[in-house]
Amino acid sequence: MPASKDSDSAFALQDVTCAFDDVRALDDVSVAFPRGHTSVLIGSSGSGKSTLLRLLIGLEWPVGGSVLCDGEPLRHDALLEVRRRVGYVIQEGGLFPHLTVLGNLALLPRHLGWNASRVLDRARELAALAHLHEDLLSRFPAELSGGQRQRVALTRALMLDPPTLLLDEPLGALDPLVRHGLQDELREIFARLGKTVIMVTHDMAEAAFFSDRLILMRRGRIIQDGNLGDFQRAPADDFVRGFLAAHRNLPGGSA
Amino acid sequence: MRRWLTPLFACMLFVCMLFACMPLAALAQAGNAPTVHANNTQVVVGSKNFTESVVLGEIARLAARESGVDVQHRQALGGTRILWRALEHGDIDAYPEYTGTLTHELLHGVPQNAGIDVLRARLKPLGIGITDPLGFNNTYAVGMRAKEAAKLHILNISDLARHPDLKLAFSNEFMNRADGWPGLKVAYHLPMNARGMDHDLAYRALAAGAVDAIDLYSTDAEIAYYHLRVLKDDKHYFPRYDAVYLYRLDLDQRAPRFVAALNNLAGSIDAGQMRAMNKAVKLDGKDASVAAAAFLGVDAGNSTTGDFWPQLARYTLEHLALVGISLSLAILIAVPLGILAARRRRLGQLVLGLTGILQTVPSLALFVFMIPLFGIGAEPAIAALFLYSLLPIVRNTHAGLTGIEPSLLESAAALGLPPRIRLWRVELPLALRPILAGVKIAAVINVGTATLGALIGAGGYGQPILTGIRLDDIGLIMEGAVPAALLALAMQGVFEIIERALTPRGLRLRAKA
Repeated sequence: MPASKDSDSAFALQDVTCAFDDVRALDDVSVAFPRGHTSVLIGSSGSGKSTLLRLLIGLEWPVGGSVLCDGEPLRHDALLEVRRRVGYVIQEGGLFPHLTVLGNLALLPRHLGWNASRVLDRARELAALAHLHEDLLSRFPAELSGGQRQRVALTRALMLDPPTLLLDEPLGALDPLVRHGLQDELREIFARLGKTVIMVTHDMAEAAFFSDRLILMRRGRIIQDGNLGDFQRAPADDFVRGFLAAHRNLPGGSA
Repeated sequence: MRRWLTPLFACMLFVCMLFACMPLAALAQAGNAPTVHANNTQVVVGSKNFTESVVLGEIARLAARESGVDVQHRQALGGTRILWRALEHGDIDAYPEYTGTLTHELLHGVPQNAGIDVLRARLKPLGIGITDPLGFNNTYAVGMRAKEAAKLHILNISDLARHPDLKLAFSNEFMNRADGWPGLKVAYHLPMNARGMDHDLAYRALAAGAVDAIDLYSTDAEIAYYHLRVLKDDKHYFPRYDAVYLYRLDLDQRAPRFVAALNNLAGSIDAGQMRAMNKAVKLDGKDASVAAAAFLGVDAGNSTTGDFWPQLARYTLEHLALVGISLSLAILIAVPLGILAARRRRLGQLVLGLTGILQTVPSLALFVFMIPLFGIGAEPAIAALFLYSLLPIVRNTHAGLTGIEPSLLESAAALGLPPRIRLWRVELPLALRPILAGVKIAAVINVGTATLGALIGAGGYGQPILTGIRLDDIGLIMEGAVPAALLALAMQGVFEIIERALTPRGLRLRAKA
């Protein structure tokens, strides 16, 4: 897929370099994420894919280049606004253990002035969408299974109906059976809601399952950007070839 | 916004208010609560923390009462420095002192054995007056068990030089005074070293054979009781220690009849009478006011020591006030400091370092340091306890906040919650357990340390302990030590209940998992 113009993108990076101490987590990366599409960042751990995601909502700041949100450079004073237009889900869910499920869901909306019944209505609506039983709303995170926790995390991310979802290995901590079920559900939810989704995974099959735009990263750089067919027909280099070979059960041909 | 604060904040506020109420209760309960500064009309007499000084303080109080002046006696406030500062500061108006202490310790550049007129002239610019000598010379002396002294043929202090193996123990003040051990060692060429210990305990140590020679006051009742030999000061090292009263010169206006009463006592007490009073209090278990009243031939009136239970209640309230106020203040200051330390690493190091240094200041010294700032009584004790409580709370708040899983902090940030809401709704609840643990540690330590407050007139359980040490009365020491230990245990229990009540159920579940 060709990179769209930055102003049409929900998010874009321009020549972004990000470093921790002496290590360059991202090295002169430019990429754009068009609205309404699902894009998947893949790569082994340490490739910079999570850093890229975190840059988009100002959890990290680049040492060079710029991060664009809706065509505008990301500014410190607009961070809260940007973050509220983004749902962010991490591997372990990031649920607050001292709050019930409903407490987790209500935290931001209540701060923004929603009344209790509006919060509850929205929570019930999303719980149905995420196949969360309503009884679970009064439970604490420690009382939930791993799969349930991720459903809650996704629900929390969706409370304000943000146009963009950032998912950092959202299924990474789940056992294969639960994981497969959730993959189907997630793909269905994304399709139904029409969100811009940027997902990080290290699993090529999962990446191909969710999207026809795969961005393969290695050592802070983007190695190849295209669909699975592109990857398989014309791997950019030996690393891509090796990465594909490591995932034996990929669907053949284009996704 | 307010609704976010409610559960957590309300609970913390409640705890603080609970403590803040205690001093009020204490004020209501205790007639002569130490928290109130003496007002202008009330005359306050102080005394040092040994029997003779307390008896002389009682004599001054009763003599003043006979001439119609109502005087409060704050007994056994501490050592010379504390009394002197309190007199300069105006916390007390008068106290018994000795001329040798004035010439060698308190005034500088005064000839040894200076007469009373010289001292009076030197004290006047300081706003302090001095009575004529009361009539006895309570000089320092060195004493040994009579049997052992006879065996070793020791009669004079200079004979000690021939026995370098003898173990010497001197009162802490004597160890450091210009007219004490350092000068004595030089004057008599004594080769041995000496250890410092409490004067009242030194007699026991000597009787038990743990030490061989101690310093004495020549009017001490124990000299006869323990069959001690007072060694002759053959080189005339010790100056005269004529007992006098020092008083603030502003009393000439405020309470002239009191000054007259003090001056009337001059020349009226000889060494034998003083020794008898010391014996009555220290060895026969009489109350100091009873002994003083008997000497003056007046009615002792309301004894300063009341019944056991009301007195225990008073000590308890005083003690709770010391601990409660200092702890509440510490919570209010230390938690924000801990938050600050967790937020800014550089500043955090500084804050943790400073509070750590405070903790290393010996507690007794810290109490005394507070006197120039707060006078004597409960305030300096509360200030010192407050400083001591900072470290555990700051450190635990810092540790609690920095120990939160980074992914949770990040989730809170990524949600788009502003920092203040993150702090109140996520970070503080997650750090609540360590913070409360820090408060608990501070509370328990405070209960113990607060017993030292009695040294600077703060009252509390330290009062019976100090008096017990002074009178060599184990029972009295227990009256303070046992409730203090029980209170520490109770504190521990109360804070465990608070901790359980405040910890969100979700966190307890996690702790189980």
